[in-house]
Formats: sequence, structure tokens, C-alpha cells
Amino acid sequence: MNKTKVSRDKSLTIFSVLLLLAFIFYAERNFNHYTIRILENIAIFITLAVSYNLINGIMGQFSLAPNAFLAIGAYTSAIFTLSPEEKLRSFIIEPMIWPLSVLSLPFAVSLLLAGLVTALVAFFMAAPVFRVRGDYLAIVTLGFGEVIQVLANNLISLTNGSLGLKGLHPYTNLWWAWGVCIFTIFCTVRLINSSYGRAMKAVREDEIAAEAMGINAFRVKTLAFTFSAFFQGVAGGLLAHLITTISPSLFTFMFTFNLLIIIVIGGLGSTTGSVIAAILITWGGEALRVFEEPSNFLGFNYKGVPGMRMVLFSLILILVMLFARSGIMGRAEFSWESLFRWFRRKLPC
Amino acid sequence: MDYSFALQQLVYGLTVGCLYGLLAIGYTMVYGVLRLINFAHGDLLMVSAYAGFFGIVIFQIPWPVSFAGAIILTALLGILIDRGAYKPIRKSPRINALITAIGVSFLLENLGLVIIGGRPKSFPMPDVFAGSILLGAVNIPALSIWILVITLVLLAVCLVVVRKTRIGMAMRALSRDMETVMLMGVDKDRVISFTFALGSALAAAGGIMWCMKYPAVEPFMGVIPGLKAFVAAVLGGIGNVTGAALGGLILGLAEVLIVAIEPDWSGYRDAVAFFLMIIILLTRPTGIMGEQLPD
Repeated sequence: MNKTKVSRDKSLTIFSVLLLLAFIFYAERNFNHYTIRILENIAIFITLAVSYNLINGIMGQFSLAPNAFLAIGAYTSAIFTLSPEEKLRSFIIEPMIWPLSVLSLPFAVSLLLAGLVTALVAFFMAAPVFRVRGDYLAIVTLGFGEVIQVLANNLISLTNGSLGLKGLHPYTNLWWAWGVCIFTIFCTVRLINSSYGRAMKAVREDEIAAEAMGINAFRVKTLAFTFSAFFQGVAGGLLAHLITTISPSLFTFMFTFNLLIIIVIGGLGSTTGSVIAAILITWGGEALRVFEEPSNFLGFNYKGVPGMRMVLFSLILILVMLFARSGIMGRAEFSWESLFRWFRRKLPC
Repeated sequence: MDYSFALQQLVYGLTVGCLYGLLAIGYTMVYGVLRLINFAHGDLLMVSAYAGFFGIVIFQIPWPVSFAGAIILTALLGILIDRGAYKPIRKSPRINALITAIGVSFLLENLGLVIIGGRPKSFPMPDVFAGSILLGAVNIPALSIWILVITLVLLAVCLVVVRKTRIGMAMRALSRDMETVMLMGVDKDRVISFTFALGSALAAAGGIMWCMKYPAVEPFMGVIPGLKAFVAAVLGGIGNVTGAALGGLILGLAEVLIVAIEPDWSGYRDAVAFFLMIIILLTRPTGIMGEQLPD
């Protein structure tokens, strides 16, 4: 690609980001509370899906741990932002351990800490986890998620046990959610296009061949795992301060399942696909609520069945795996060049 | 720790361990043949529990008939799951099959939630299984004896099927080299269906006994037992039927003993399985009785 095209693509990207920011500015003033909440959810899920796709799609290591990372991030940031009075009030079974009980930090610092703590945990997890591959890796990471939930239930002086943490200040707004989201996409795309990213893809395609070319597969896997855990931790912090109450039962395997649907539908290995599918599924999940609520359709009285959405989601997942394995994007990525080419084909002028 | 207390805990541990073992055998057989973690295996436990529950409580069928019906129904469902969801993607990468399996598992759980509802139902216990025997200071529930006997019988049946019959030979051969077996004129799909049916029937038997021990039937009841049974299968060496039963026993005993030794740790009971698994994968990835598998 020549230089003018690079600078053209760069300015187009900056322009579209500015357009998105203008849209957020407009949305914040004109949309109702419900719509804003959906937009915030979409941003958090894009962050999660893009970082999850890095480890599952780009790196090709089938991890089922995002609910664990999300929980670690959410708890870390919540513990750091809660005011000492609130901590005194809600820790009724056992008081909180000392240095944390009097500590209260700004939201931005707590988010950063959430990311760092999660990344650190992932870093130390990598050694045992990447001893195994494939199905075993899936089960070990799944087990890790269960262990984190057990810990959150039992380390009462740190997490307040099954009561959870209440009364978080709702710091997360559209700017925080979309800011983190854009930053995550930027960092992830930069990583994927770097030599590390190429090493990841090489390991995904053939680990032995990659090692023969001098790539340290374990190091690359650890890098991807830690990197994706950092952003999942930050997203956990955002989520905690969006819903303002967290408890261990929130971070079940259901969360991982939703993310898995997103990256599979988007196309495993495509960041663009993850973004598109995150928007579709988060928005669609809200739209599908009609199935769970009573309604009157063409004279039929439909009582509404709770749980119907998950039935549909599981069916969609199975059908995508059976008939449309590459998802929306396959492994393709969005680029301005391909967009222009598409336009030129459609409008021959 | 006093002597009779230790024996008492041993009885509890053996009972739970047998149930894990029954589930683990099904896991291990399917994994041995297809190299697929059948995530829906734990949910078959839930299906059979509901089938048994409806048979006895709603349709008022005598319990032996309704239990047999539940086991047959679950075995058929196992075959259906294989034919519907796993067969079309047998040639694609294993990760795809794993994702599909997770999808099937969620589908079963949420169908249960939609059709039957999430309120736990209490499972009726036939009189034969009730009561208990007092042996010195150790109280042995009749159900524990039943569970132990049934597990041993089913394990023996499985071993005979796998080791002595033609279809068992085909199963063992398939787990070694699928292509060569097909060249020998073995109907691969029939063998796989049989494996699923046998594994699901074992899960169904385990499910019914599980519900008599913990009498609450609800759509998500199979998730944790399913996961732990997989851990038991890994512990024993995946693909090995005796190993799976042994792994189940070890896991059951470990869980009960850790709470018996230190009651404060009772909250960590569910984490024991995964710690055990991480340790075994780090030290001896093939499990206690497993052989080296080419991967």
C-alpha cells in the first residue's frame, strides 16, 4: 500500500471515531435512560468480545475464563472505589481487612488497578493453564471460573461473601464505556498487526512449525492471555459501576457463554466480526425480551416465558456451528480499501 | 478424628464417589471414541431425573417401570443429540464440536427452564431405598448400599461390553484409529450411537440415584455434577472405564474428607475437584490409569 493511501485510511479512521464521539455527545443529551443503558452495555460487550476473540480466535486457545477475569476486575475496582463508610455498613458478617477498609480511590485509578490485578492473575495462571491444549484447556479455564466464584463466596473479609458489594457509585457513563471500548479496539488491532500478532496466528495454525521458526509458543500464549485479561478486568470494573451491585452469582458461566456466542457469530478470529456481533447480540438480546413478556400477537394471548431468550441463543449457536461455521466475517477484517472496492463494484462510474 | 466418625465419612464419600464414577464412565467412553467433551452429559442427568419424577408423581407409574422408562428415554436422547448436533460436524476441527456441545448443554438446561420451570421439585423416594442400617456407631443408609451395588454392577456390565463383545471391540478400535476401522467395514455411526446410548443410560441411572440422595430436581442440577464427573474422568485417565470409576471414588472421598477434617473449609468443597485436576494435569496429564494419547 502506498503512502497516500495510508494517510487517507488514517484520516478516515480518525474522522469516523470523531463521528462516533459526536453521536455519543448527541445520545447523552437526547436519548432516554433505557437506550443509553443499552449503548453502555454494547460498549462493554464490544470490549469483552474483542479481547476474548484475541485469545480464542487469533491465538486459537479455547479459553472459557472470561467470567473469572470479569469477576476479578469487577471486585477489584469495586473494593477500591467504595467509600470507607459504605464498606463499614455492608460488611456485616466479617469486617473488611485493614488497609482496604479505609482506602478509597478515584474511578480511573481503580479501573487501571482492576486491569492490572486481572492481568497479574492471568499471568500466573498461564503457567499451569498452557501446559495443556484443546479440550483440556477449555475445562481447566472453566474450572478456574468456578474456583473464582467459590473464592468470591468464601473470602468474606475481602468480597463480603454471597452478600456481594452494594452501593457502588454509578461512575460508568457513555464516555467511560465507549472510551475504554475504542482504546481496547485500538490496542488489540495494533497488537494483532504487530510481529507478536503474526506469531500468535502462526502458533494457531501450527504450533510445532511456529516453534521450529523460533517462536516461543508459551511466551506468545502468555502474552495474549495477559493482554486479553487486562481489558476484561477493566470491562469488569466498568460493568460493576454500571449495575452498582455485584455478587458472586453474577459471574457464572452464562457470561462466558454469551461472549462465546458473540465471537462465534462474528467469526472466530475477526475483530471486526466481534464488534458487529457484540452490537447485534446485545441489542438483539434486548429486542428478544418480547418473547419473555406477555403480549397479544394476532389475537393469540402469549403468556411470555422466562428463559426463552437463552433457548433461542443456544439454538442460534448450534445452527451457526452446523451451517455457517465462519460466522459473519470469517477471518476477514474491515479495511477502508475493501469498503471502497465494494462501493466501486456496486456503483460502476 | 475418632474411628467411627472416619468410617461414617468414608460411607458418605463412597456414595458420592460412586455417583461421580457413573457419570464419569459415560464421559470417558464418549471422549475415548470421539475425542469430544460431551458437555451435555451432565444435563442428561437432569433429563432422567425429570423423566423419573414425572413418571412417578404425575403419571403414577410404579417406580421400577418409570425408572426404566427414564433410562431408555435418556439413552434415546443421547443418540438424538449425537445424530442431530455432533454427527454433521465430525470432520471439522474439534473446537467446533466443543462449542456445539456447550450449545447443546445450554439448550437442554434452558428448555428445561422454559418447559418445566425453575422451581426445584422434590424427588419421591421409593420405600425400598429408604431406611438405614446401624453398624456399631456407623449409620449406613440403605440408599448408599444400593448406590454402591448398582454402580459396581453397571461398571461390571460396562467392562464386559467394552472388553468382551464385538461392539466393544469396535469401540476400542475406533478410539485408536477411526479411518482404519472404517476400512475394516465397521459401521462407525452405529458404534458411536451405541456409545452414546450406553453412556447416557449410565448418566440416567446416576441421575436417578443422585436425586434420591439430593432430592431437588431443577433444570441446572446437572451442571456441577457434570463438570466434576469430567474431572473424575481426567483423574482416572480419559478413555479408561475402570479409571473413570476410580477417579470418581477418589474425587468423592476427597470432597467429603476435606470437609470432615476441617469444617471451616466446607465452602471450598466445589473447588476441590478443580484443584485436583490442575495438580493431576501438571504432574501426570494422562491420569492414574490412562495411556499416552497422540494429540
